[in-house]
Amino acid sequence: MAERALRLAGEPEVTPALAQEHGLTVDEYAMIEHWLGRAPTFTELGVFSVMWSEHCSYKSSRRYLKLLPSRGAGVATASGENAGAVAIGDGYLAVFKIESHNHPSYVEPYQGAATGVGGIIRDVLAMGARPVASLNSLRFGTLDYPRMTYLVHGVVGGIGGYGNCVGVPTVGGEVGFHPAYNKNILVNAFCLGLAREGELASAAAWVVGAPVIYVGSATGRDGIHGASLLASAEFDAGSESKRPTVQVGDPFAEKLLIEASLEALKTGAVAALQDMGAAGLTSSSSEMAGRSGLGVELDLDRVPLREPGLSPYEILLSESQERMLFVAYPGRENELLTVFEKWDVNACIVGRITNEARWRARWAGKLVADIPIRALTIDAPSYDRPAKSPVPKCAAEGQWCEGGAARARSANDERQSSARSEAPPLAAEPCDCAPSLGQEARLTGAPSQRRPSPAEALRALLDSPNVGSKRWVYRQYDHLVQSNTVMGPGGDAAVLRIKGLKRGLALTVDSNPLACAADPYIGAVSTVCEAARNIACVGARPLGISDCLNYGNPERPEIMWQFVCGVEGIRDAALALGIPVVSGNVSFYNETEGQAIAPTPTIAIVGLLDDVSKRISSFFKFADDVIALVKCGTLSLAASEYELLFGREQIAGGCDKLAPIELGLQKALLEAMAQAAERGLLNSAHDVSSGGLAVALAEACFGGETLMGAEVTIRRLDGLDLERSLFAEGTSLVVLSFPSSHRIDVEGIFARRGLPFEVVGRVSAAPRLKIGTMIDEDCRALLAVYERALPGRLGENG
Amino acid sequence: MKWGVVTFPGSLDDRDVVWALADVMGQNVVSLWHKDERLHGAECVILPGGFSYGDYLRCGALARFSPIMNSVARLAEDGGIVVGICNGFQVLCEARLLPGALTRNRSLSFICDQVTLRVENPSTRFTCLMNRGDLLRLPIKHGEGLYVAPEDELPQLEERGQVLLRYVSSAGEATEEANPNGSLNAIAAVANETFNVFGLMPHPEHAVEAGLGGTDGLRLFNSLLRGV
Repeated sequence: MAERALRLAGEPEVTPALAQEHGLTVDEYAMIEHWLGRAPTFTELGVFSVMWSEHCSYKSSRRYLKLLPSRGAGVATASGENAGAVAIGDGYLAVFKIESHNHPSYVEPYQGAATGVGGIIRDVLAMGARPVASLNSLRFGTLDYPRMTYLVHGVVGGIGGYGNCVGVPTVGGEVGFHPAYNKNILVNAFCLGLAREGELASAAAWVVGAPVIYVGSATGRDGIHGASLLASAEFDAGSESKRPTVQVGDPFAEKLLIEASLEALKTGAVAALQDMGAAGLTSSSSEMAGRSGLGVELDLDRVPLREPGLSPYEILLSESQERMLFVAYPGRENELLTVFEKWDVNACIVGRITNEARWRARWAGKLVADIPIRALTIDAPSYDRPAKSPVPKCAAEGQWCEGGAARARSANDERQSSARSEAPPLAAEPCDCAPSLGQEARLTGAPSQRRPSPAEALRALLDSPNVGSKRWVYRQYDHLVQSNTVMGPGGDAAVLRIKGLKRGLALTVDSNPLACAADPYIGAVSTVCEAARNIACVGARPLGISDCLNYGNPERPEIMWQFVCGVEGIRDAALALGIPVVSGNVSFYNETEGQAIAPTPTIAIVGLLDDVSKRISSFFKFADDVIALVKCGTLSLAASEYELLFGREQIAGGCDKLAPIELGLQKALLEAMAQAAERGLLNSAHDVSSGGLAVALAEACFGGETLMGAEVTIRRLDGLDLERSLFAEGTSLVVLSFPSSHRIDVEGIFARRGLPFEVVGRVSAAPRLKIGTMIDEDCRALLAVYERALPGRLGENG
Repeated sequence: MKWGVVTFPGSLDDRDVVWALADVMGQNVVSLWHKDERLHGAECVILPGGFSYGDYLRCGALARFSPIMNSVARLAEDGGIVVGICNGFQVLCEARLLPGALTRNRSLSFICDQVTLRVENPSTRFTCLMNRGDLLRLPIKHGEGLYVAPEDELPQLEERGQVLLRYVSSAGEATEEANPNGSLNAIAAVANETFNVFGLMPHPEHAVEAGLGGTDGLRLFNSLLRGV
């Protein structure tokens, strides 16, 4: 007679009510009983609850993520791996991924952020790549909101505390502040690794009988249900009590794990490996065996424990950090164990790969879980949740917006959508139904009494935490270790050299909550375009995207609508620009007491420079260089920092809607920038983003070691008056500087592609920013304002 | 000269020091493992930056008990050259091979930045290619770099010329603002009394290439070469 999984003495009886406490619905519980042909044991219930959580199963997003173009030239990984990999030439692969750690970071900022960094580093390591750089995207509430400065200090401290100790440089990122994040901050961590072609590690265990080896820190009670319950539900009044579900990081253990794992991979004895991240031992073992259609049997008595007395439920669900699961080729396990012993890293065999497609666990000689492995992996629930825009196009006629709703419909029909994906769109049209957040939550600032002068507006923008220097943050991060950082934090994108090669890599991360709140579709398109322009501005060509999709509760149709619009925006932009989406992550339930964050798709892009010595910095370098503007879109004050700061009524002409984005021009810009860089024609390039042209010019004056100045004359742009033209945004402008002798060549490159190009002034040695008759300011004074924006509000750090 | 670079568990800049010496400067470098007492003929041993043993007790407090440190101490006693960079400096202080100690930065936060340093004593093997008052640009990256020494020892250190580098402004002045971590007397680097053991918080290995933080670090490494 077949052995049956047993209920253990002292375990609670499994009932539908207990299942609900585990975050499973009544229907889901019925499905579990159907899969097993019986009621689950308590241990099995725990296993299902984590594997079927939103965080692990992607049950609300899976059908949409398929829409993203994941293939492209050089892409070396299929979706579903731990991270994406793209060939960069000379036999190397860039391996990268971005991931959210929002919920834990809000509950316990230092450890939440620290373990976010650690987790994404292990995802890249699990691909067999050496982690070479980190980025992060941080979205906080306003600094005067209760607890917010504590959260900022905690998150920045955690990222530094972990990243600095683990030997992976934090080379860039972004930080923003907005009331939409007062009760749900965002911490998105990105890691880039470098691997040799042909040496990528596999996350699928193909060898029956192969030993499963547990490597790394011992298992404790920390992090149980960290992923399933914390990141798969909204916050409420009791969220504070969830602090024990946040894991505690040990970067020293991680550093040893990195070196030991890379050395172990060199033996050739590794059949597969995977990080023990969310849902720990359960998800890593089931995913590795499930990917190859095989099964696994674990012996929980062999798992190293931090303290005696952990139940099988706790061992399987623990999210203790700094652990990896290896599968060795049979008979070669000792080669791996020797390496781990050298590095003083725990390692022991805890199970075998089996040819029955079942996921089994034994404890104290008893079978405690016996589950068809498909039920945990490919056959986990997937939902087609309703998506509906929140505002009718015309309430009287009961007509719903055609933009997002129509897009949502087409996305539901996967055939239609994949057919559409053959032809990249030429332009992204704004949605008819903004505002998406409802009138009361519009992301606009308080109305000001009078219209500020251009100089006042510029100073106010430079002093705003969103625009002001982020030096206070990145000064706390080691961005030098590994000796590859040729351009660190503070520019449009970071640039790394690759030792021994001429090539270099550029990397950046962007999000644009103001635009996404106004229009979740155009906002997503513009985020991809901005990240790609940042890559282009350092002289690189984009290679691949990793996206982190941060949204509210997907069970609400309007949130699902935002999400669908976001995915479609990313898809359309990625197709039009020809950049594959190679990895990513979804974070739902960023919502507290029914109030969701602004839709926030965060986009990381890695780009390639064929010759790293041709990189371009964002700041002016030489007096008398020509300053020119390249235009690749329509300027608008909608969803700008200016609007946020001074309120909507200061903006003439009403600009509820974001301007459409001409993706053809965006693509042309990327090509033109790459060509201008490769020919060595430019001395600087800076993307105009938060704060508009005036801020971009100021930043270009004070980005280098020597303070420069600029004398510029501009015309009215896109129907805005002169003053507004200085502060408008909208994925539309790049500021260039170059020697006057290059003028004809530079102009030719941009004009040939239909990109409006205009020389507007000159760089000056005297540190003064003059823009027409509107602004005439000492750059030293402007710089002082810019540098004080964060320390003035958060305190000094040095 | 043969160089040795020690890897403790938690060393982070060990590979960067090897890169600087072997790949950039073309030197003969051997990697040394903390569990192994052998120096493999290294005449100058470098203890690199990082967080040895996680620095969970006190920075460098555990690393000093590694087997390799017995040989490092013997090398120092025999007049060989030992240099500790950042965490390596902390280890040498813990091992009492250098005077003083390093404590948490005045700001209590980690600082990664470029600093200006003034050469205070150019007549040592670590600084002999420079002149008194020369300014160097080097990066620092540490959370515990505030140098302290007992009040009665500090004047002697200064008098004997054991203070090699001081944090200064870009104009070369030892101002309060130019002292990034609050070190006593703005001390950034010291030597032992016999001037063969050196410790510094800045990272010369991250300033050996023009495109990556300048080349002032080479002046220190080259001094060691010439001094031999």
